[in-house]
Amino acid sequence: MTIISSLFRGKQTAEEILEPTPMTKLCRRVFKNHSFLIGALILIVIITIAVLAPFIAPHDPYDQDLARRLINPFWHDKKTADLHVLGTDKVGRDYLSRVIYGAQISLLIGFLTVLISGVIGTSLGVIAGYFGGRVDMVVNFIINTRLAMPVFLVAMAAVVAFGASIHVVIMVLGLFLWDRFAVVMRSITMQARDLDYVKAARAIGCSTPYIIIREIFPNVLSSLTVVATVEMANAILLEAALSFLGFGVQAPTPSWGLMLNEGREYMFFSPWLLALPGTGLFLLVLAINLFGDGLRDVTLERER
Amino acid sequence: MKQENALEAISVSCVFKINQGLFKGSKPLVAVNGVSLKIPKGKVVGLVGESGCGKSTLANILLGLQSPTSGEVLYSGKAASGFSNRHIARRIQPIFQDPYSSLNATKTVKSIISLPLRIHKIGEPITWDGKVREMLDLVGLPARVAESYPSQLSGGQRQRVAIARALIMRPEVVICDEPTSALDVSVQSQILNLLQDLRLELGLTYLMISHNLAVVEHMADRVAVMYLGRIVEEAESAVLFKEPKHPYTRALLSSVLTPDPRLGVPDTQLGTIFPNPIDPPAGCSFHPRCASRIDICSQKTPAPHLEKQHMAECHLFSK
Amino acid sequence: MSDKKEVVLEVDNLRVDIPVSAGVLHPVRGISFDVSRGETLCIVGESGCGKSLTSLALMGLLPKKAHRKADRLNFLGQDILDFDERQMARLRGVKMAMIFQEPMTSLNPSYTIGNQLEEVYLRHMASNRLEARERAIFLLDRVGISSAGSRLGQYPHQLSGGLRQRVMIAMALMCGPDLIIADEPTTALDVTIQAQILHLLAELQSDFDMAMILITHDLGIVARVADKVQVMYAGRTVEEGNCESVFDNPRHPYTSGLLRCIPVPGKTQPGQKLGTVPGVVPNLVGEISGCMFRNRCEFANDECKQLSDTPTVLDDGHAYSCRLSTNEIDAVIGD
Repeated sequence: MTIISSLFRGKQTAEEILEPTPMTKLCRRVFKNHSFLIGALILIVIITIAVLAPFIAPHDPYDQDLARRLINPFWHDKKTADLHVLGTDKVGRDYLSRVIYGAQISLLIGFLTVLISGVIGTSLGVIAGYFGGRVDMVVNFIINTRLAMPVFLVAMAAVVAFGASIHVVIMVLGLFLWDRFAVVMRSITMQARDLDYVKAARAIGCSTPYIIIREIFPNVLSSLTVVATVEMANAILLEAALSFLGFGVQAPTPSWGLMLNEGREYMFFSPWLLALPGTGLFLLVLAINLFGDGLRDVTLERER
Repeated sequence: MKQENALEAISVSCVFKINQGLFKGSKPLVAVNGVSLKIPKGKVVGLVGESGCGKSTLANILLGLQSPTSGEVLYSGKAASGFSNRHIARRIQPIFQDPYSSLNATKTVKSIISLPLRIHKIGEPITWDGKVREMLDLVGLPARVAESYPSQLSGGQRQRVAIARALIMRPEVVICDEPTSALDVSVQSQILNLLQDLRLELGLTYLMISHNLAVVEHMADRVAVMYLGRIVEEAESAVLFKEPKHPYTRALLSSVLTPDPRLGVPDTQLGTIFPNPIDPPAGCSFHPRCASRIDICSQKTPAPHLEKQHMAECHLFSK
Repeated sequence: MSDKKEVVLEVDNLRVDIPVSAGVLHPVRGISFDVSRGETLCIVGESGCGKSLTSLALMGLLPKKAHRKADRLNFLGQDILDFDERQMARLRGVKMAMIFQEPMTSLNPSYTIGNQLEEVYLRHMASNRLEARERAIFLLDRVGISSAGSRLGQYPHQLSGGLRQRVMIAMALMCGPDLIIADEPTTALDVTIQAQILHLLAELQSDFDMAMILITHDLGIVARVADKVQVMYAGRTVEEGNCESVFDNPRHPYTSGLLRCIPVPGKTQPGQKLGTVPGVVPNLVGEISGCMFRNRCEFANDECKQLSDTPTVLDDGHAYSCRLSTNEIDAVIGD
């Protein structure tokens, strides 16, 4: 008996740490998750193209040349393919360049919208979830008020009032798409708040802002990114829809939604005018959704 | 000689408002009802009771995480109102039941253990690593654990990390809230041994909250038994386990299942009624379950009866 | 235990395999036992020793990924090893019933207790609702729930934890099972309620003459309830025998180590050092030869790496798997 008790400290030291670090585990799961990898790959390609647009694009996307209107892309017309690989639109602008610059607009709108709405929604949600009670009631009321307002109609009204521009679109979407952030962050923070590590931090004497930012926030970060991807896809599609209807980005900016609108009248003669920006939009949103889905699987498994 | 109290609760009460629904308004839930408890310096006081009896609320009040509705908490004889939360934090630290939820999974062990030093700016930041290593050694963990994450450790190792975090500021009092009930027996004994050693080494004072009476008997010098927000019996550990007075304490003691194959399962004779804390029974709150109740029990709340440092709150003893 | 009693369940070399990314996990590595009518078998071990998966394997409730293998699995003289899901479903709840740890999650919150109790009876027994109701009231009364008739209309959340577990027991008894498997039935409950529930279970078991398998980590419960004990470690049985023999003369270093870990009022001195079993359970992926306990055992040497599977059997059915002979064990650990 004495042997055992005298050993109890020494033997513990000899114990091996077999488990890999959370980071290595995460990496392993990332490489097993196909939807995450495919989504990330497409996303990286699109982002690279958008960032390097000035160097990749063969022409200025705003350069009009009425003599070269509606040139067919390379699969229709081998001869002109040297100059305009994907043809030109109705005022003779190089379509490839416009599609490339369109990626820039979509991503810009997606990122900025999510940034604005993410900050608003997360702050509201975390504060409501952490403090509960009256604060929670007030935030809930704000969320419900927001949910009662139709984004699309308000966006159109804002455009009518302030004039259509990319800034107005970003502001309107950013100020409106925070509801999901708030709802998700609120419930996750509520769960995290009652865990003992928060109580331990309080007992140590940590201030409330410290607890929220340093203790709780890292634990809700994975859910936050998942919501962010969903909202980004949502924002990109909304922008395209608004621009298509003429309430979003204005001509001659190369927005995919706007390009769809401009190509509408040539649908039967030059279908690529619709197909190309449509494909870009489709691929981008698909990639973001795959990425978000994969991210959820990868990070949620950690908590299991 | 007068015993100095490291921590003392003087008729502390805590009432929560429970919402009954949209139009029904709220009802008071008396979680802690006028509890007085002395924790002498250097001693181990055990607090036992069933879930929902208010022992965790009492722990929160003592830790300064919850302010009592009425009553007062004294730290080394001085009223808590004179101290800031940070001040209390340096004197009194908790150890929680579940080592899985009590450690932040996104931080390394080093960052978890050194958090108190960072918050209270104790010593130079360069010395923190050394302090952490010292603490790891003290709780029987190898130094390389410092860089790992909680998910890489076993339950027992995590509980050691939690103990290291609680002790790095060298508090006077440690409130152990069921420190071993989430652990396997082989690990439980290691943690209990460690807590004993640390107490002697560092001269700590413990409040051991547990529903496991065998653990409390093993660790505590003095034991308080709590039932529905009241301390119904309090005595020196040896006395209480030998001559329990309150019928509830007796039932609790008889429910302890020692590994003796010759004894069957005891009949506690408690009945199946479990009181609703929102609507506690009149008179003695234990009377609906009590096997030895008399007429007065359902009418009058018993007064504490003190005899040779042995307090019991029961009509059978207070005439 | 008498030999005349009918054997209800016979298990021979039960194994559970779960394929995982790193290989095949073997949480249960060949355990054998039998239980007779009126007999209580306790399977005891720490978390991760495979005791819960053993119970799920017996009930045919293993997760889809897991595979059950055995040399023999006889229930009431019938070979149930190759029973399909439909045949097992007919047995479960009728001939063999299970009581789980968490009574709140095992009861459906959106149905009344009466509904749930009667449903079990109606599904398996050809009878009408009136009969089912009578049986439910009879059993609720039997498990110590007062005013049983009015309780039938209540929902699970209206009951306390102890009452819910009583309802679970009543539900398990609805169809008059021959075998009850209780997996940590009192772990979520307070000590006084735990004693009450165990008292009730023991009483009902002898009244209804059932076999019972009780799975727990608490040696105190085992000592008080069991007729026979199986001590499991890392998926294997390290020691088995009748309760008194195992507790009075624990042979395996793991069993004796565990017994020394627990403080016992009146036996261990307050403040005295408790015994410990240092180390952790080995990784259960892949095949492991030799004694599973050797990395935590203070008496381990090179011989332990090649320990054969045959346990040392003592005269009263008490058996243990350790290279040490009884005399050697008495010399090193017997106090």
